[in-house]
Amino acid sequence: MDYATLLQILDSTVRLAVPLLLACLAGLWSERAGVFDIGLEGKMLVAAFASGAVAFLTGSAWAGLLAGIGAALVWALLHGLASITFRGNQLISGVALNFLASGITVLVAQTAFQQGGRTPSLSGEARFNELTLPLAETARGVPVIGPLYADVISGHPILTYLAVLAVPLTWWVLYRTRFGLRLRAVGENPAAVDTAGVSVARMRFSAVLITGVLCGIAGAYLATALQAGFGREMTAGRGYIALAALIFAKWRPWGALWATLLFGFFQAIALRPDVVPIPVPALEALPYVLTVLVLAGFVGKAIPPRAGGEPYVKER
Amino acid sequence: MLQSPNTAPAIELRGISKAFGPVQANKDISIRVAKGSIHGIIGENGAGKSTLMSILYGFYRADSGEILVDGRETPIPDSQSAIRAGIGMVFQHFKLVQNFTVLENVILGAEDGGLLRPSLSKARKELARLSRDYGLEVNPDARIEDLSVGYQQRVEILKALYRQADILILDEPTGVLTPAEADHLFRILRGLRDQGKTVILITHKLREIMEITDTVSVMRRGEMVATVTTRDTSPAELAELMVGRKVLLRVDKTPATPGEVVLEVEDLRVTHNGVERLKGVSLTLRRGEILGIAGVAGNGQSELMEVLAGIATATGQVRLLGRDLNLAGHEDGRDRRRAGVGHVPEDRHHLGCIMDFAAWENVAFGYHREDDYRRGPFTDQAALKADTAAKMQRFDVRPPLPDLAIKHFSGGNQQKIIVAREIERNPDLLLIGQPTRGVDIGAIEFIHKQIVALRDQGKAILLVSVELDEVMSLSDRVAVMFDGRIMGTRDAATTNERELGLLMAGVTETA
Repeated sequence: MDYATLLQILDSTVRLAVPLLLACLAGLWSERAGVFDIGLEGKMLVAAFASGAVAFLTGSAWAGLLAGIGAALVWALLHGLASITFRGNQLISGVALNFLASGITVLVAQTAFQQGGRTPSLSGEARFNELTLPLAETARGVPVIGPLYADVISGHPILTYLAVLAVPLTWWVLYRTRFGLRLRAVGENPAAVDTAGVSVARMRFSAVLITGVLCGIAGAYLATALQAGFGREMTAGRGYIALAALIFAKWRPWGALWATLLFGFFQAIALRPDVVPIPVPALEALPYVLTVLVLAGFVGKAIPPRAGGEPYVKER
Repeated sequence: MLQSPNTAPAIELRGISKAFGPVQANKDISIRVAKGSIHGIIGENGAGKSTLMSILYGFYRADSGEILVDGRETPIPDSQSAIRAGIGMVFQHFKLVQNFTVLENVILGAEDGGLLRPSLSKARKELARLSRDYGLEVNPDARIEDLSVGYQQRVEILKALYRQADILILDEPTGVLTPAEADHLFRILRGLRDQGKTVILITHKLREIMEITDTVSVMRRGEMVATVTTRDTSPAELAELMVGRKVLLRVDKTPATPGEVVLEVEDLRVTHNGVERLKGVSLTLRRGEILGIAGVAGNGQSELMEVLAGIATATGQVRLLGRDLNLAGHEDGRDRRRAGVGHVPEDRHHLGCIMDFAAWENVAFGYHREDDYRRGPFTDQAALKADTAAKMQRFDVRPPLPDLAIKHFSGGNQQKIIVAREIERNPDLLLIGQPTRGVDIGAIEFIHKQIVALRDQGKAILLVSVELDEVMSLSDRVAVMFDGRIMGTRDAATTNERELGLLMAGVTETA
């Protein structure tokens, strides 16, 4: 394998890692606040549909992004309503919302556009186009680093850079701010937060809404940047791989970056059977195998937030 | 009528009532707590003490009544208002975030702004001052999960003081402490009082009330039945007020006459998740004696009980009436019961019964395959219900309704049903854990009598309890467990609380 091929694989690693990273961070916010969210998949899917449809109708990728975020927020609110307000089972709520997303996107797409459950193909300003970072072409001449900068670091849509920026931002908010302290506390021991005079429900809703925003960006990325329009089930299990990455990352922001890059790399080499002679199904299974290994305690211990999955009820 | 703020009580409650569904937890409660005093609130489980304090802390809202702080009417709709009014609460189950540091726990909810750094450095200075002033030393950077419960409790007190609480409420604070830790806590509380703070202490332990409070209020069935000056009362009087009739505080029993050896345990070891929970426990138990295991919860007592009851595996040797028991998991709880071991589990709700099931079904558990409960392949429900009704009568279970789900009985009556189930099968060895946890004084008296009667019939009894008073008064011999080992065994008649307390803290005399 020559250097150019490696750069190609790394470039597509980044492309494929971005939705995983956004979804993984989305899951991180929610789960750190004690709300398990198996519905990342569904939120991304409705966001992908809404952004694809609105971007086509308005011709603006930015309008599509807002619509995607809006749709994912509606799903996040429903999840919050079910699991925080009404103290329902978080897994069941998540699964139900996934099914709803899976059906409703295709139904509305078919009714509105009559293209077999897809949204019409996007072009021009209706898509997020690739940005060339400053000096990318000039730097190309520098050996090794130059092409890496020009081909792998540069040349992605703005959402990619937003996703990477979300990592230090998430870290900073979680560990350096009052909001982050309370949010982590609510995922570990909500009673401690409640007795300190802070509303558990409000903290958890904030977290779930942030999850919605990030899933919305992830979905918009799929429909208006990675692809040119929405297609049925276009999330293709990314929400579940993101959850696996979250465990692999041990619920930490920087870990999420490395885990999703690794999983994105697996997906990237699965696209190049000519280069890597590993059967594609084996590569697709790798993220899950690795996650099982982490859960089994082979790669350090992954301790989930202690109050995760449990609705908060005041004790008597 | 105006009162000058200096003489106004720190807290005054007027006509507080609170119902949970059909249960009236607090009925028209009025109370005054003098400033700069330690005020005890005593009552049995379910008397409404914790509910009342939760109302004061804004955790629940009262249905009616008013709260006055320093003579001013102060509505407390939520915990934030309570904190603003200068009220701090140390809950029975600590409200700490286990993987946060002490400092992070202290500032949680009382941060000074959006960013943590300034809050943390301010709290660090403030904590140093509070530690100095009140003898509350604790490492601000330690993680809660690495601290002993005694220190965790200090963090809770520091949390309240950091929020400038003038009134500190402590709910059953000594339940998880060794006697030495409890003494230290009392010193801290006296220090707080002497600096002008007001302390409200909720407990069901008469000894603590007598030792530390200035005034004591007694609650019974949701009502405040009396408020008296501690100096002018006695434990017997308080117990009578709590229960509503005269009660026997000491267990009435004759000296033991131990017979043949029933149980021999040698070098018992249990490892759980890589942590050794039992580190070579050996003990001997004879017919006609009660061996009490004292110790702070979590020092291996539960593991010992579970191994003997056949629900956990271990290495080492256990002989029951001369026969080696299989500890590798080839024998289960049912095999043990058939071998003559009765087991009243420590955690009644977790291992002792199924709360949603009827009393008669709970009476069958563990014995459901016995012939007298069976008719061919089926359960003989009529026989079971008749037997349950008979047990209920003999053990004075109220209400005597075999079909009622066990969750509808009070803690004391639940425990009576379970004790009846285990005792009436005539075991050679009875394992009984926390026999009176969550049980009212009247039922405690009854259950203690049953245990002593069983001993007098020549049975061997292994008692595990975190209530040192109970172990001392009920046992013939007391073994103290600390960190998975038996630190020593003492004759219950001649030992004292200080000696056992040192052993409970892992201190052995080096004489």
